Amino acid sequence: MLRYTIRRLVQLVGVVLVLSMLLFAWLRLLPGGPVSALLGERATPESREALTKQLGLDQPIFVQYFKFLGRAATGDFGVSTGVQPGDSALEIFLQRFPATIELSFFAILIAIAVGVPLGYLAAKRRGGWFDNLSVIGSLIGVAVPVFFLAYLLKDVASSALGLPSQGRQDAIDATRVTGFFTLDGLITGEIDATLNALEHLILPAIALATIPFAVIFRITRAAVLDVLDEDFVRTAESKGLTAPVIRRRHVLRNAMLPVVTTIGLQTGALLSGAVLTEKVFSFAGVGQALAIGFERRDYPVLLLLIIMATIVYVVVNLLVDLSYALIDPRIRTR
Amino acid sequence: MALLEVRDLSVVFQRKGEAPFHAVDGVSFDVEPGQTVGLVGESGCGKSVTSLAIMGLLPKRGAKVTGSVTYDGTDLLKLSDKQMRDKRGSELGMVFQDPLSSLNPVVPIGLQVTEVLERHRGLARKEAMIEAKDLLDKVGIPDPNRRLKEYPHQLSGGMRQRALIAIALACRPKLLIADEPTTALDVTIQAQILSLMKELVQDLGTALVMITHDLGVVAGLCDEVNVLYGGKVVEKAMRHRLFAEPRHPYTHGLLASIPRLDAPRGEKLTPIKGSVADNIPWTSACAFAPRCPNALDVCRSVTPAEEDQLGRLLRCHNPVVPGTPAAEEVPV
Repeated sequence: MLRYTIRRLVQLVGVVLVLSMLLFAWLRLLPGGPVSALLGERATPESREALTKQLGLDQPIFVQYFKFLGRAATGDFGVSTGVQPGDSALEIFLQRFPATIELSFFAILIAIAVGVPLGYLAAKRRGGWFDNLSVIGSLIGVAVPVFFLAYLLKDVASSALGLPSQGRQDAIDATRVTGFFTLDGLITGEIDATLNALEHLILPAIALATIPFAVIFRITRAAVLDVLDEDFVRTAESKGLTAPVIRRRHVLRNAMLPVVTTIGLQTGALLSGAVLTEKVFSFAGVGQALAIGFERRDYPVLLLLIIMATIVYVVVNLLVDLSYALIDPRIRTR
Repeated sequence: MALLEVRDLSVVFQRKGEAPFHAVDGVSFDVEPGQTVGLVGESGCGKSVTSLAIMGLLPKRGAKVTGSVTYDGTDLLKLSDKQMRDKRGSELGMVFQDPLSSLNPVVPIGLQVTEVLERHRGLARKEAMIEAKDLLDKVGIPDPNRRLKEYPHQLSGGMRQRALIAIALACRPKLLIADEPTTALDVTIQAQILSLMKELVQDLGTALVMITHDLGVVAGLCDEVNVLYGGKVVEKAMRHRLFAEPRHPYTHGLLASIPRLDAPRGEKLTPIKGSVADNIPWTSACAFAPRCPNALDVCRSVTPAEEDQLGRLLRCHNPVVPGTPAAEEVPV
């Protein structure tokens, strides 16, 4: 298990290197660039040339790349030119990454907490009205564009429910420790800060949760349907076990394998969903920074954030693979 | 009074847009305390559905069960879901066909044994574990302490079936239903499992309903035998009488189709012609008529009634004359 984990982490280094190379080239292939983004259309050729030189963009691309690698090794990922001009890319990452992690965490939490029980119930009542209704509902969940639902929540639900629809926290006096606003309040004892941050998370998390919810619901339903037909469920029934024991120990434990796989794959979807959701809710996370960064061709910030997102994705899926062994003894003893 | 009285049990599967399917069609039989009764027939004759109906394990929707299943004076078919759950596992035990798929792959053997003890005898996990160890010991699983912690895939097929038997007998049920318990096992293991079941059933005084297509199992185990065809009992007799003198052409065919070790080499086997797919409905005909060597015109126009012939029940217009040798040889 340990050797497997180490091998996967070594692979990750290779993935990151190749990805950084490709990204470096791709970003520079985008039309325009940081210079026109910063100076606008009417800049004089002289000022453009000066800025190009200042940013080091006049050098051949591979020279730029190796300079970047050399600086990255010392923890210097360059300076933002567009998202927060003047700040270091690393600083921006450290500021915004916790926000997106918080948002994605609550979104996937909602998706699991609603999707798994509903999927189980729908499978138990296969063909009944509840099943049909929730299957249609999950289809709508997948089909409705995130930005549409996000605006609906922001403009209608927020006033109806009295929930905030802007930012991560009101301008209250809160101490920053980790950058995770919900955690900071717990660590410093400022519970009101935690509650305030949670309130701000509700609507964007719901918007972001819809697609993972729908997918998790459908996979759970299908997996439970498969397991319900298994002989060992009939054996459990023949023992006269109570319904909750059969559900927990015999049905759900076996149905969880495909569901866990899905949860891992959905982290990728969460990140792309976060770009839209964070933009709508002015939520200062990675997604918002990516959106602004692309508009303004902020090469250093884009590069760092996309690489970090990739690392998160790979690590989450590694955790998923490792969790198989926890769930299924047949994998553990192999 | 018998321990189990099955009267006129019928199971009809009804699916939307399809004709209803009579899987079990008016089956009646008794099981006395401590007795072993066989239900014999080919796949699709309704024997497994009968056992599931007795245990209350048929799906609630789509399966209509009628008749009565009186166990110890109460009609099981009239019990609520909760009352039935209390009976299953404690008074009624069941052993299934495929020991690998019948055990939960992600739960250790120990818990699969103890959960039934915890449920019905109110034992704590620790006490139940001690009891589970004794149970595995009793069904002949070596090194039970180690096996309790292992998972089904780490056990051999025979050991898995032993574990399932331990589970079914954990609460000392008065009635055990075994649905083809040896079909998925090697022949050598089959004999071990059968003698184990025979021994345990005798020790505990448990009545046994043995469901099988294997007449060898019947010969070794059963007191009374019910031969099922197309969801109806076509012949019922005490074991020795059935074997010595099969009267129904189907029973006769089943016995004749057993390959004999003492037969000369190269002798052809004598199977029953056709397959269960050739069944015709029992309404105004005998379901076996298309495959029956003795079929008369009346067999295709009148449903044979059940007749009592000195303790043997027979449903046939033209039974086999005692002493008839196996039907004509069919090249295989």
